Amino acid sequence: MASSLGTLIEWYDFYLFGSLAVVLATKFFPADNPTAAFLSTLATFAAGFVVRPFGALFFGRLGDIIGRKYTFLVTLLIMGFSTFLIGCIPSYETIGFMAPVLVLILRLLQGLALGGEYGGAATYVAEYAQPHRRGYWTSWIQTTATAGLFISLVVILLTKSSLSAEQFDSWGWRVPFWISILMVVVSYFIRKNMKESPLFAKAKSEGKTSTNPLKESFGNRFNFKFVLLALFGAAMGQGVIWYTGQFYSMSFMQKVMAIEGTQVDSLMAIALLLGTPFFVFFGWLSDKIGRKAVMMTGMVIAIFAYRPIYSAMFNSVDTKTKEISANGITEKRTSKVHAKIATDSLLTFHKEIAYTDGTLLKKDSIVHWSAAGPVMKDGKAEEPKISSSVKINDSTKWYLVFLVFIQVIFVTMVYGPIAAFLVEMFPVRIRYTSMSLPYHIGNGVFGGLLPAVATYLVTTGKDAGHVGWYLEGLWYPIGVAAVCLIIGLFYLKTKNNNIHD
Amino acid sequence: MDSIKKILGIVWILLALAVLYFGLTVMGIPKLTSGKQEDLVFGIIIVFILLPIVCGGLGIFGYYALSGEYSDEKI
Repeated sequence: MASSLGTLIEWYDFYLFGSLAVVLATKFFPADNPTAAFLSTLATFAAGFVVRPFGALFFGRLGDIIGRKYTFLVTLLIMGFSTFLIGCIPSYETIGFMAPVLVLILRLLQGLALGGEYGGAATYVAEYAQPHRRGYWTSWIQTTATAGLFISLVVILLTKSSLSAEQFDSWGWRVPFWISILMVVVSYFIRKNMKESPLFAKAKSEGKTSTNPLKESFGNRFNFKFVLLALFGAAMGQGVIWYTGQFYSMSFMQKVMAIEGTQVDSLMAIALLLGTPFFVFFGWLSDKIGRKAVMMTGMVIAIFAYRPIYSAMFNSVDTKTKEISANGITEKRTSKVHAKIATDSLLTFHKEIAYTDGTLLKKDSIVHWSAAGPVMKDGKAEEPKISSSVKINDSTKWYLVFLVFIQVIFVTMVYGPIAAFLVEMFPVRIRYTSMSLPYHIGNGVFGGLLPAVATYLVTTGKDAGHVGWYLEGLWYPIGVAAVCLIIGLFYLKTKNNNIHD
Repeated sequence: MDSIKKILGIVWILLALAVLYFGLTVMGIPKLTSGKQEDLVFGIIIVFILLPIVCGGLGIFGYYALSGEYSDEKI
């Protein structure tokens, strides 16, 4: 439990950045400034993809040389202070370019710390647990990523609802970052008083620890082949299923289905809360029937279920089949002065359509109007910016909660047992190093690539006029999970390994 | 089962080459040459970090499979 608390805080810290990315962008990365935008892209991509595996290597090596306890104490402190300091940085308007540079450095530190945290926490718990309960006890670590995401959403929602929109935008967004330091202090004292992992302590007292775990993990063919098998036979598929169920579902509802942001946040939080106990269930089940059986079953069901699930999600907000209420259409035109060009104005044509089942569709068409008439671009009037959002009724909301919950169950099946699975693959002397890298490549690289690849596939499908264009993003997780499933089925052992060397 | 593991080794090597080809032609090079700064960052990460990890790793995995490293007696 003590180990899980620290891991949960680290996930909370990491997700806060993503959850508040839009606010952070306006404070630190002004869109009209190309260099700042460049730094923003670096912070987003580099921290997510590149730095985590390096953190895994750096801290994994440390953990196999000096011990699990002190290493994941260091990762907790680095993450906690980086997060707290992000909340303290003055905005770009106040300190100029130092602002995005500092945010980037702190975000990279977060990525490094996270890269080192998970391997340490999972290894520590697994080495303490009784052999036949390893899946159950390590599954508590597995709840922390989802719980961290859930708590970050709740803290943001609570902070937003306690303050006005202007207050939140002005300084309130910093509060969730500052809250982190309180949790880190508590977790620091808990971890400081923990004893070292008994298996590592025994290996150290017998002089059996490694002096060069990196070379032993990746320079030795026998160990390296297991690193590759762990990645391509398990972590790769787990990573894409994790990101699909917990992030792609969220962005699909916001961007493709255009559901209002706060409704998406709350229904995601409910689905995550309902699904989280199943990490422990499937961890426990993997102790009984084997890690491979549970993980591969989760993968095969997800592969076949994703398209029907997302089709059902998309069609749940199809307004073509709904009946418009009497006097359900309201239209309004407003005008405001352009923020940067005092002689121009922005005309907003706002239309709302209320349906008999309680659904509300809002459409805004914003036209840039100069003193002489519509602004021209390339010889013709500039296209209006169109945005729409749907406010769903309660029955649609609960239906979507159910469909996301099913996806979270897939996540719990592939992720619940994987900590125990990865720990069981490697000997104690190189365990922290060897298990961290496939985990962070599977999640950071394969999972982290999902938004970019899925967006590309959806955009290409839409431009080509494919009927089911909105489902085409799913080919990436389906394809990657299918390759992983085949490798896992043929190459992984069915029985759980013993970790007592 | 060991012979299936070996034969599949060829499949993984071919898949690694296919991913490398499509990764470079669809994602990597177009992003590097688009002229937009955010695409340049993404393109550098894809071409110089992610594709080598994914394709290199899968290719080596396929080679090990073909060499019998994952046969039952060896694991």
